[in-house]
Amino acid sequence: MGHRTYASIPFFDGMQHIELLSQYLVAGITYGTIYAVVAIGFNIIYNATGIINFAQGEFVMLGGMTAVMLHTLLPLPLAILGAVIITMTVGALIEIVFIRWLTSPAVLRLTIITIGIAILIREIALALWGTGVKALPYFTGTAVTVISIGDVHISPQVLWVISISAVMVVILHFFFTYTLLGRQMRACASNRDAARLCGISAKNMVTLSFVLSAGIGALAGCVVSPITYVQYDSGTSLAIKGFTVAILGGLGNSMAAIAAGLILGILESFSIWVMPTAYKDVIAISILLLILFVRPSGIFGNVEASRLKEF
Amino acid sequence: MARNKYLRIAIFTACVIAIQIITSFAGKTPYLTQLTMAGYYSLVIIGLTLLMGYTGQISLGHAGFFAIGGYLSAFLTTYNLIPYKDKLVVTWLAKTGALVMRQDLYGRDILAVQPWAACIAAVLVTIAIAYVIGRPVLKLKGHYLAMATLGFGTIVYKIVLGTGLLGAADGLSDIPGFRLIPGLEVSGKAALRIQNYYIAWGLVILGVTLLTNLIHSRVGRALRSIHGAEDAANAMGVNTSQYKQNIFILSAVFAAVGGVFLTHFNGGIGPSEASIMKSVRYVAIIAIGGMANLWGALSMGTVLNFLSLRGYFGSYDDAVFGFILVVIMLLAPEGLLRTDLFRDIRKRFQHKPSQEEQSP
Amino acid sequence: MRVGTFLAVLMCMCMVGAAPGLAEDTIKIGAILGVTGPASFLGAPEAKTLEMLTDEINKKGGIKGLKIELIIKDSGASPEKAISFAKQLIEEDKVFAIIGPSTSGETMKIKGIAEESKMILISCAATEAIVNPVAKYVFKSPQNDSYAAIRIFEQMQTMGILKIGVLSSNTGFGKAGKEQIEKLAPQYGIQIVANEVYDKEATDLTAVVTKLKAAQVQAFINWSIEPAQAIVIKNARQIGLAVPIFQSHGFGNIQYVKAAGPAAEGVIFPAGRLLVVDTLPKDNQQKAVLVQYKKDYESRFKEDASTFGGHAYDAFMILVKAIEKAGPDKEKVRETIENMQGFIGTGGIFNFSPQDHNGLDINSFEMLTVKDGKFAVLAKQATKKKK
Repeated sequence: MGHRTYASIPFFDGMQHIELLSQYLVAGITYGTIYAVVAIGFNIIYNATGIINFAQGEFVMLGGMTAVMLHTLLPLPLAILGAVIITMTVGALIEIVFIRWLTSPAVLRLTIITIGIAILIREIALALWGTGVKALPYFTGTAVTVISIGDVHISPQVLWVISISAVMVVILHFFFTYTLLGRQMRACASNRDAARLCGISAKNMVTLSFVLSAGIGALAGCVVSPITYVQYDSGTSLAIKGFTVAILGGLGNSMAAIAAGLILGILESFSIWVMPTAYKDVIAISILLLILFVRPSGIFGNVEASRLKEF
Repeated sequence: MARNKYLRIAIFTACVIAIQIITSFAGKTPYLTQLTMAGYYSLVIIGLTLLMGYTGQISLGHAGFFAIGGYLSAFLTTYNLIPYKDKLVVTWLAKTGALVMRQDLYGRDILAVQPWAACIAAVLVTIAIAYVIGRPVLKLKGHYLAMATLGFGTIVYKIVLGTGLLGAADGLSDIPGFRLIPGLEVSGKAALRIQNYYIAWGLVILGVTLLTNLIHSRVGRALRSIHGAEDAANAMGVNTSQYKQNIFILSAVFAAVGGVFLTHFNGGIGPSEASIMKSVRYVAIIAIGGMANLWGALSMGTVLNFLSLRGYFGSYDDAVFGFILVVIMLLAPEGLLRTDLFRDIRKRFQHKPSQEEQSP
Repeated sequence: MRVGTFLAVLMCMCMVGAAPGLAEDTIKIGAILGVTGPASFLGAPEAKTLEMLTDEINKKGGIKGLKIELIIKDSGASPEKAISFAKQLIEEDKVFAIIGPSTSGETMKIKGIAEESKMILISCAATEAIVNPVAKYVFKSPQNDSYAAIRIFEQMQTMGILKIGVLSSNTGFGKAGKEQIEKLAPQYGIQIVANEVYDKEATDLTAVVTKLKAAQVQAFINWSIEPAQAIVIKNARQIGLAVPIFQSHGFGNIQYVKAAGPAAEGVIFPAGRLLVVDTLPKDNQQKAVLVQYKKDYESRFKEDASTFGGHAYDAFMILVKAIEKAGPDKEKVRETIENMQGFIGTGGIFNFSPQDHNGLDINSFEMLTVKDGKFAVLAKQATKKKK
C-alpha cells in the first residue's frame, strides 16, 4: 500500500533542505503571479463600477486562445498584440451591449449578469475552438530549458510572466497617477457624481475600465499559456482564484493584490508539502471564507472605507 | 384571505394530478422520470425562493446543501459495516434499529444504515452545517455574500470530488430504495414510477404549503420587512439576524431533503450535483421565475430541468442557463411570469433618465 | 394566471413527442457520451467515431438491410443526466443497445438499470467494476487498468526500479489507476514512497513534482488524461527530476506530446497499438483495422486519431458484428457477444466469455515511448542487474 512521507526532507542535509524550500517558493511565486494578474483585472473594473466581473477569467482564456489561432498566420509578437486588441474589443462590446444602457441598476444584479456573460463566452469558445488544449510556444527556449541556481530550477517563461506582469503594473500605476485619462477614471471611482459635474463622462470611463481589464487579462493569458495551456473552460477556476486574491488584498487595491497573490500562491505551494494535493483548492477557498468572515476589507484594506462603499 | 392562498395550492395539486393522467393517457409515462427528478430539484428552488426572494440573501452555493444531503444519505446506506460488526458503536446502532442487513445488486451481504435513519442523519448534519456557516455568512452583504456562498459551494464540491470514501470523481452507486411506509418506496424501478412521481410532487406540495403558511404569518411579515429595509426592521425590534439565520437553515434543509430523495430515486450521486454550475442554474431559475414569485420559479424550474434532463439543449445546456441569467437580469429582473411584464419592458425602452430601481 | 401557465406549458410538452414510432427498416442504437464537459477528451472522439462508422455502414446498406439510427446523448460526464438518458433510451426510444458512457462513474450508475431492463450496454469506460461482478448485459471495450499497471511494473523490474512516486488526477480515470497501482505494486517488489492526487484543472505542478524529488523516487507514474499530464512532465524535467517517467494509456493522443515538447522525450507508457500503427510489422493482426480507422478518422475530422475514439470503434463494431451474425434479436446478440472470439479491434483482440465481459488481455497493451516527438514502440531491454 502506498504511503505518503510528510517529513521526507532529509534534515541531515541542510543544503538540500534550503533548496527544496526555494523550489517550493519558486512554484508559489509562479502560481501567485498568475492569480495576481487576474486580480488586478478585477480591481480595475471594480474601482470604476463597483461590479465584480466574473468574466475576467474568460478574458484570460480568450487572450490565450485567440493568440494561438493568430499565431498560425502571424509571428508571435504580432499574434499576441492581435489577441490583446481583439479581447479588448470584446471587453468593450460586453460593456456597451450589456451594461452601458442600464440606468443606475443594482450592482449585485450586474454581478450576476457577468456570471451569465462568463458562461456564454465559455460556450462560444467551445463552439469556436472545441475542447482541445492549446498553448503558445515558449517565448525563449523550450519546455525543458531552465535557469538553474544550484539545485533550484526556474523556467524562463516564469520570468517572462513575472516581468511582463511587473511592467503591466508599473504602466498601470503610471497611467492612473500621471495621465489625464487615468486620473479621470480615479475620479469617477471615488465619486461618480462629482466627476460628472466636472465634465467627465462616467459611461466612457466604465467602458475604458472594461477595455483595460480585458487587455490585461488577455496579455496574461498569452504569457501564461505555454506553462498552463488554455482550454475553453480554463477561465472559471482562474476567476475564482483571482477574486480570492482580490478580496484577500482588499477589493480595489491593485498593489495589495500583487502581495496577496504571492501570499496565496506560496501558501498553496507549501500546503502541497504537508497535505494531500487533492485539497489544495480547499485551502484557497477556506482562506477566502476566513477573510470574508473576519476581515472583508482584506489584509491591506481600510476597514472604514470598505464599510462606506455602497453595495 | 385564507381561502385564497390555499386555493392556489389546490389548483397546483390538481395540475400535478392532471399531468400524470395526461402522460399516462398519451402513453408517455416515461416522461414521469424526468418530471420526478425535476420535482426534487424544485425542493431546492422552494428553499432558495424563501432565501433569495423573501429575505433578499443571494446564495450561489445552494447545490452544496443538496449534495451534502444526497452524499450523506448515499454514504450511510452503502457503507458496509460488516467488518466493524463487533465495535461498540455498531452494536449500539443495531439495537436502535438504525441498521439493516440487506443484499446488494450482486447478492453480497451488506450491513448498512437504513434509509430512514440516513435521511434523518443527513438533515441533522445539514442543519448543523447551515447553522455554523450561516452565522458569519449572513453578516455579509452584496458581493461579499455572493462570494462567500460561492466559496462554500466550491468547498463542498472539492471535498466530495477529492474524498475516496465518497467515491471521489465517480460518486456513489447502488444506492438502495427508500421505503417510506410499507407500500411506498422511493426508487428508480420502472414499475414504481407513478408512485415516485407522487412522492416527489407530494413533497413539493408540502413544501409549498409550508412556505405559504410561513409567508402569511407573523414570520412572513418580518421577512418582508427585512427584505425591504433591514435597518428599519431592526430598529422596530425585529431580530433580523435570527430570522435570516433560521431561513437560511430552512432553505438548506429543503435542499438537503431534495438531495436525499433524488439520490435514492436515481440510485446514485456524483460530484456534478455539487458543482457551481448547478448552483448558478438554481439562481437562474429563481431569476426567470421572479425572485419572490414561487409559482413562477416552480413552473420555469420544472420546464427547464425537464428539458435539460431530456437532452433538449444538447451540448449547450450550460449556455441556456447563462443566456437566461443575462437576458433576465438585463430586461426583466423581476422575473418573466408576471402580468405587468410587458408594461415594464416597454417602460425600460422608453424612459432613459435616472429611475430608482429596487435592488433584488 | 401563473398556475395556468404551468399547466399549459407542460401540456404543450406532452404533445411534442420524443419517441418516434419504431420504423420497420431501422435499428436504433443509443450512445451516452461525455462530448463536452470534464470528460470531453474521451467523449468527443468517441462521438465522432460513432458518427463516422454509422455513416459508413449506412452507405453500404446498413446491417442486414437495416439502416442504423444513431442517437447520441451528451451527458457532460454528469451521472444524473446519464441516468435520465439511459431511462429515456431504454423506455422511450427503445434502442437496441447502448454504447457508452465515457466515464466509469456514469457507467456504474446505469449498470443496474441496463441489467434490470435487459438492455445491452457496451461501455467505453475502463474501470474493472463494470465487468466485475459480471452483469449479463453489460460489457466494456477498453482494456483493464490493471493490465496497464502490470505492464508498467514489469518494465520497471527490467529497469531495476524499486522506489516510485505515484501521481494521479482527481477524476474517475485517475482514481481507478491509482487503486490498481497501489494494489499491484507490492507484488512486483515496488515501494511507493510518494502518492499524490492533483486537481485536473491544475495549471502548474512544480510543487507536486518537487515533493517527488524530495522523496528521492527512482521513477514515477502519472495517471491522468487531462492537459495536466503534459504539465507534470514539463515541470518534472524543469526542476531537474531526471528519472524515468511512466504515463498511463491516457497519454494516447499525440497532442499531449506536442504540448509537452521536448519534455516528453523518453516517457514510457502502455497503449493500444493505434498510436504506432505505421511501425507495426505487416503480419500484425491488428494492422489492417488500425490503418483503416486512423485513415478514415483523420481524413474526416482533420485531427489525430486517439485510442479513446478507438474504444468507441471497438464497442460499436462488436455490436455490429454480433447483429450481423445473430440478427436483430437482443437475446441472441447478447449471447453472440458473450461468446465472440478473436474479434480484431483497435484496443486489441477480443475474446469474450460468460465470465469475461471485456475480452482483452495483457497483450492488448504495447509499451510505447516518445522518440523525436513521435510515438514509438519501446525497445526491449535486458533486465538490469539489481544492485
